[in-house]
Amino acid sequence: MTQSLREALDSGRFVITSEIGPPKGTNIARMLHHIDLLKDKVDALNVTDHQSSVMRFPSIGGCLAIKERGGEPILQMTCRDRNRLALQAELLLAYTRGIRNVLCLTGDAIPVGDHKQARGVFDLDSSQLLHTIRLMESGKDLGGNDLDGAVEFCAGAIVTPEAKPLEPQLARFEKKVEAGAEFFQTQAIYDLENFTRFMEFARQFRVKVLAGIILLVSARMARYMNDNVPGVLVPQNLIDELASAPKGEALSRGIEIAGRMIATLRKDAICDGVHVMAIGRE
Amino acid sequence: MKSITRSKPFDEMKKCLGRFDRIFVIGCGTCATMTRTGGIEEVAEMIAHLQEWGKIVTGSTVIPTACDEMTGAAMAENGQAIRDAICILVMSCALGVQKTAQYINKPVIPALDTLFIGIEESPGIFREACDQCGECVLGETAGICPITACHKGLINGPCGGTNNGKCEVDKERDCAWTLIYQLLEKQGRLDLMKKYQPPRNFHVAPRPRLIRVTNHQSPVEGQ
Ligand code: SF4
Ligand code: SF4
Repeated sequence: MTQSLREALDSGRFVITSEIGPPKGTNIARMLHHIDLLKDKVDALNVTDHQSSVMRFPSIGGCLAIKERGGEPILQMTCRDRNRLALQAELLLAYTRGIRNVLCLTGDAIPVGDHKQARGVFDLDSSQLLHTIRLMESGKDLGGNDLDGAVEFCAGAIVTPEAKPLEPQLARFEKKVEAGAEFFQTQAIYDLENFTRFMEFARQFRVKVLAGIILLVSARMARYMNDNVPGVLVPQNLIDELASAPKGEALSRGIEIAGRMIATLRKDAICDGVHVMAIGRE
Repeated sequence: MKSITRSKPFDEMKKCLGRFDRIFVIGCGTCATMTRTGGIEEVAEMIAHLQEWGKIVTGSTVIPTACDEMTGAAMAENGQAIRDAICILVMSCALGVQKTAQYINKPVIPALDTLFIGIEESPGIFREACDQCGECVLGETAGICPITACHKGLINGPCGGTNNGKCEVDKERDCAWTLIYQLLEKQGRLDLMKKYQPPRNFHVAPRPRLIRVTNHQSPVEGQ
């Protein structure tokens, strides 16, 4: 990878990011295999941070592995598990190890995960974390002290274009832009008309938006996502399309749908790129 | 304001009581009576259980308000029965337990878990309303407390988990920030949704918090 994520975003070309989910345990062979498969096909790779509040190998560990293997990592940081001291310290570590991209998230709630009795920290939220990064770039920490060596990051955040109701999310989006987000990766989108409307709003701001793409592998999965994943809406026509696929071909039909969506997003320049989440089927 | 409590599971209580076989029981006539965890009836039930477990109950009382000076007076009144007991089982919120412990040099065992400070929404429904955070933001959140009503205690607006106006942790519970947005919209104050709130000060009143109220000024911190 020769180009940084920021350079790629600034170049104006259609940017592609994907993500790596670290393992639960020390057996990292599969994660490394996924990194090797993807690192040269995309502009940058996110590493999830205890996604869905499930304890795993840390994001920073995955990012270091990507870096070592010549890829461009995006460090996902949630505010659920660390207070402001630990978050700032990790930013210092990340910077010294050449990690230049951070995705700031508030984090899923503790009860959805696998350590239900844990304490959720939420000392900061995603907007405050973005703010913290910009502050640390100016050479100060949150306590108002001088840093001996500042940081510099391409900082991003997430947005849910299909949230119901949408307006509160849009207000939050603006707040994240204000706090210093330069790029957004969205929750999975499937309805391009809705998404185009969202982009009309987002285009008022000087930020890059990468549309979230999650491969649908079956009609059942699509229905499950509609019922259980906040802010995801798979339109009925796509569900029908998956359901009509001959036995054993739903997956390839899903790939076809995702490919078609990405092609339209790119051709019509609806957004600045895509963030492809393959959930273990890369 | 009510201190909301729940009875501890019997197994846990039994373990706490251990070999203490002579027990004095204290209930509370205020919050614990409202929540039916430490009123006259519950104290009577508890006594029956204790006796079933082979304990001797030396006496009992339901103090009108277990968290204030009345506790001292009530305990003096029951002096003999309390002296006869090896431990005191308190069926009030933790404030009453602590108050009791100040008056006696014997083991004081809580029979209840104190959950939160709540208000009675409708008969029998108590809702957590305030976490005493020390920096009240209600003026900017349309009177809904984001610290307690939002699962994550967020002060900068909704997380991405909002689903049809419900919270990601529970489809039955309203997302606090959806409600705040709707109320601010009605009040024509939506600009507040875009106001950045800096990280909270978790040290507004350093623990242990102590306030002295004087006649001529607002309460001051410390002794
Ligand atoms: S913001 Fe909430 S927790 Fe803080 S003082 Fe006000 S009501 Fe209580
Ligand atoms: S869904 Fe709403 S109430 Fe629940 S944690 Fe997110 S912002 Fe808070």
